[in-house]
Amino acid sequence: MGIFTWTWILVGITFALYIGIAIWARAGSSKEFYVAGGGVPPIMNGMATAADWMSAASFISLAGIVSFTGYDGSVYLMGWTGGYVLLALLLAPYLRKFGKFTVPDFIGDRYYSNTARIVAVIAALIVSFTYVAGQMRGVGIVFSRYLEVDIDTGVYIGMAIVLFYAVLGGMKGITYTQVAQYCVLIFAFMVPAIFISFQMTGNPIPQLGFGGAGEDGVYLLDKLDGLQRELGFHEYTSGSKSMIDVFAITVALMVGTAGLPHVIVRFFTVPRVKDARVSAGWALLFIAILYTTVPAVAVFARTKLIETVSNAEYAELPTWFGNWEKTGLLKFDDKNGDGVVQYVADKSANELTIDRDIMVLANPEIAQLPNWVIALVGAGGLAAALSTAAGLLLVIASSISHDLFKKIIKPDISEKGELVAARLSAFVAVCIAGYFGIHPPGFVAAVVALAFGLAAASFFPAILLGIFDKRMNKEGAISGMIVGLSLMFYYMAKFKLGWIGDMPPASEWWFGVSPEGFGTVAMIVNFVVSIVVSRFTSAPPEEVQEIVEHIRIPSGAGEASSH
Amino acid sequence: MSKESMKAYWKENIRYLAILLSIWFLVSYVFGILLVDQLNEIKLGGFKLGFWFAQQGSMYVFVVLIFVYVKLMNKLDKKYGVDE
Repeated sequence: MGIFTWTWILVGITFALYIGIAIWARAGSSKEFYVAGGGVPPIMNGMATAADWMSAASFISLAGIVSFTGYDGSVYLMGWTGGYVLLALLLAPYLRKFGKFTVPDFIGDRYYSNTARIVAVIAALIVSFTYVAGQMRGVGIVFSRYLEVDIDTGVYIGMAIVLFYAVLGGMKGITYTQVAQYCVLIFAFMVPAIFISFQMTGNPIPQLGFGGAGEDGVYLLDKLDGLQRELGFHEYTSGSKSMIDVFAITVALMVGTAGLPHVIVRFFTVPRVKDARVSAGWALLFIAILYTTVPAVAVFARTKLIETVSNAEYAELPTWFGNWEKTGLLKFDDKNGDGVVQYVADKSANELTIDRDIMVLANPEIAQLPNWVIALVGAGGLAAALSTAAGLLLVIASSISHDLFKKIIKPDISEKGELVAARLSAFVAVCIAGYFGIHPPGFVAAVVALAFGLAAASFFPAILLGIFDKRMNKEGAISGMIVGLSLMFYYMAKFKLGWIGDMPPASEWWFGVSPEGFGTVAMIVNFVVSIVVSRFTSAPPEEVQEIVEHIRIPSGAGEASSH
Repeated sequence: MSKESMKAYWKENIRYLAILLSIWFLVSYVFGILLVDQLNEIKLGGFKLGFWFAQQGSMYVFVVLIFVYVKLMNKLDKKYGVDE
């Protein structure tokens, strides 16, 4: 059977599975809609969190990014896993004990202020929308590459599926489909990785394989370092970014991860505080299975690619080269007309342009794996994109129906009314996300990475101080969030988007920190402003200080309640 | 739960956090970033050690840290009678 048939079969089966789960896990109450009734077993929540977390970008692009940047790619590997340690130790158990539905719920109650709540809602919406647009686009791209429909049609199909299970099932439906999606995506990622590792190093475990040697007895990493040097690239195992920037980006990604509302809210769905702690452990374990495989795939793919194409006769390249040339992911421009591929670091002499996504998408073909494995990667990519999109859409929906509508605009809304409002806002959110998926604003790609900076600059300090600093009051938290967010925005607008005058060169970055890493600076400023302002204004009321004492002890968490 | 035992519980919790987060900082920021060049002089099979910490080792340690934290806290909760 061909790749195309296999892909339709696998995508068909997995989609039928997701829809089946959605029908089985319909939400009957607003509590089921927001937090899956608070009864998700910790291991399942771990899987759901992992699927929620790992987006199309993790699945398709990350190995490519690491492949092209070598050591510099470590910022993503450490940054997107290390944040779970912060989440497990500093946030998740306490937020679960607090026992409400959303992050703005916590901010609003802990800082006894609707202003704080609204600031949190706005931050949650900005972070989630920048993120979700990329996911819907990702769904479209995977469809178009594997199923030969155009990108827009792919986005519509993705919207229909997400709409079905997010609107019908809410968090409950999303959680159980995410569990299934995790299984699909991890299987789809690991199978080709294991095949390739075995092929290239004789060791089926990729994590060990890429530290091993090939048939010629030379260590793979040494060989790759050598190849890179020959072609004029920087050595694979050493980076090109400055140490301070690597440090700052890693901090921003870690802290941002811990502050992302769609990740935090997953810990509201487990029954007890100790379940919140352990499910963060499961989540990270499930994430680490993929994330520790990524650098191995990156090394295999890069070595194989360079060995195959570098200084090869164009006419004699294998058929996969032509296939991917057609998609535009590979471009060959024979500048010196010798019919040989020169792939070098020097831009004026380089003849081959490689899209980073090809490292995962084309890897199975390059390694000549069976057709069903190639098709599996398509199904896995879709699972990754859909699960993340659904999680984000739920945060958007609950921010609107719960935090804005129920808490501020119409507090006397009935339980039934709130559930209807929640479904309606999920519907609207899917449509808006779909619109952005079809008409992606030019700045989306640039901004997705910065969503972490925004989360780091706003939520993380406010939540952390809300738990660990009893003296923190609303004046401190609100001014900290506003200053942190605005500073991050300003830096982004100036150095990343070029909205303020001409875009200054990298040499003018403050402290040598790139916009991706600037969340770290903005977060520190948020902390300082919060603490200073809070010490010059009045202490929070007695009952709020009692809330803080209450969330510090696990016992008596009960169920997540609407009040 | 009395005010004193609540204070003692919280203090022990903070101590655990300080220890675990120091290890977290050490394996990622110190081994993987700040001392990466020095550690790269040491080889672990085909891996340079600093590179290994940045792309493998730190992540393994992260996973272990959370499960150790879970164990420590469950014990602490029992000791102070605040487990569920």
